[in-house]
Amino acid sequence: MTGQTRIGLFGGVYSNALALRALLQDAGMRGLDRLYCLGDLGAFGPYPDRVCEVLRATGIPVIQGNYDHSLGNGLADCRCGYTDPRDNYFAKLSYDYTFSRTSTGHKCWLAQLPAELRLTIGPWRVLLCHGSPRKTNEFLWETATSDAFLAWLFKRYECDVIVATHTGLPWAREVTVQAGCQAHAAQADGVPRSGWFVNCGAIGRPANDGRTTVIYAVLSLPHTMLRKPEVKFVRLAYDHERFAGEMRAEGLPEEFVQTILTGWWTTCNEILPAKERARGRY
Amino acid sequence: MMSLAQVEDHVRKAVELGVKEFYFTGGEPFLHPQIEQMLSAALAVGPVTVLTNATRFTPERVAALARLRDASPYSLELRTSLDGFSSETNDPIRGWGSFQRILHGIRLLLEGGFLPIITAMRSWPVDQDEAQLAGFRNLLAAMGYRYPRMKLLPSLKLGQEVRRDRGYAEHEYLTESMMAGFDPGHLMCSSGRIVSARGVHVCPILVDWPDSYLGASLHEGQAQYTLRHQACLTCYQFGALCANASSSAPSLEQTRRHGRDPS
Repeated sequence: MTGQTRIGLFGGVYSNALALRALLQDAGMRGLDRLYCLGDLGAFGPYPDRVCEVLRATGIPVIQGNYDHSLGNGLADCRCGYTDPRDNYFAKLSYDYTFSRTSTGHKCWLAQLPAELRLTIGPWRVLLCHGSPRKTNEFLWETATSDAFLAWLFKRYECDVIVATHTGLPWAREVTVQAGCQAHAAQADGVPRSGWFVNCGAIGRPANDGRTTVIYAVLSLPHTMLRKPEVKFVRLAYDHERFAGEMRAEGLPEEFVQTILTGWWTTCNEILPAKERARGRY
Repeated sequence: MMSLAQVEDHVRKAVELGVKEFYFTGGEPFLHPQIEQMLSAALAVGPVTVLTNATRFTPERVAALARLRDASPYSLELRTSLDGFSSETNDPIRGWGSFQRILHGIRLLLEGGFLPIITAMRSWPVDQDEAQLAGFRNLLAAMGYRYPRMKLLPSLKLGQEVRRDRGYAEHEYLTESMMAGFDPGHLMCSSGRIVSARGVHVCPILVDWPDSYLGASLHEGQAQYTLRHQACLTCYQFGALCANASSSAPSLEQTRRHGRDPS
């Protein structure tokens, strides 16, 4: 029996330093080989410098999300991709708060983060990105992303595993990638092979499921192609009541606080596809 | 009118090309006798949005749509046109008596567990959006749609809008200098194609213009298109008009920097 590498993947930190610390502890207890952060460090929560400090101290590789790109480059908004006026109103409140409270040093650090990271782990070509491999703020929702499109991504970007976070809702899917289209050596036999897409969720706010826990992903990559990669979503409990108190102390919108306390998204719902929307409360 | 076999063939080809999602528009898609089989073929392989006037729904049809929705792992979106929150504002645009018929259709959809996206053409100045949206939301909330999904569309100065409002002025064209630094990702024609009974077109708005025809099959219809029509100006100004919010995002305009694994 050959070994495997287990990596922890998280994103959508949204200034939630308490959840980030809980994650580091949890990952340590699980004995994960490595951790990767897929971006969007700010937004939503209070004291944005705290998560930058923690992440920079740990040396965990971080990919640049749309929020990090905007903060780092001094843009006027977060480029979150919302289209509804109410969603944009809250996005702006949150961005203005985060922008004014992120130190210049951290902004410079955010500005130079890479937009993607390619890893080779055993036989697996892994592509870590924020939204999709082709666009940092592209939404890839579980019920609005076809197998055909995912297969196209695996071929176009020459990889076996793609991990993203942008939408904040965790999901994973194995798709068949047409034979004969890949550069990978193991493909020479012409046998159809699979690609694995993973959205690792977000640790900054709950997954709109009525639970206060937040989610990250553990990806187990066997050192042989005879076994498949496995994805496990970890529900992380943290001191969410303390976090809600910190948000209130900083004057952040009560709508955001309610999301932390109830597990239901109160804002940014207009971008959800029908099935994801129907699962939420609002 | 497209046949079921034509639709199935295009769906197959779209899958080969890596299609992300499908939209059905018309005319009115629900006038087609085989629309449910068409939706079923598309929902088997990807998410589907139908743009409908919502006036053809019966409880039986909505039940059939709910079965299609529940059988697919993908979302089935029903986008319903309603151009005002009263007969007085909607009917001059959508036809006399249409307001009540549309509300009846929306009610049936809600009873079937659907969350239709109510699509309104902006027939008012942009700065009135909030007040207008509040009017729509109040109307829909009173029907039991507590958190209605809304999409505002700009008015394309074509067809009956020329009579109702105005047509494009002679100078209203895109120029090359306007395209400098513009992200074509905003435009549906950068990533989408329309198929009709005649073949493949660049855009649903321009489907009747001969120069929007790109070929018989999707494989032939991949060429880039120069934005030469006046309607292109509205897409340029307001972004991808036809997409749902869940699939559109403004450009990040970032230079991609490729990282290496530091470990």
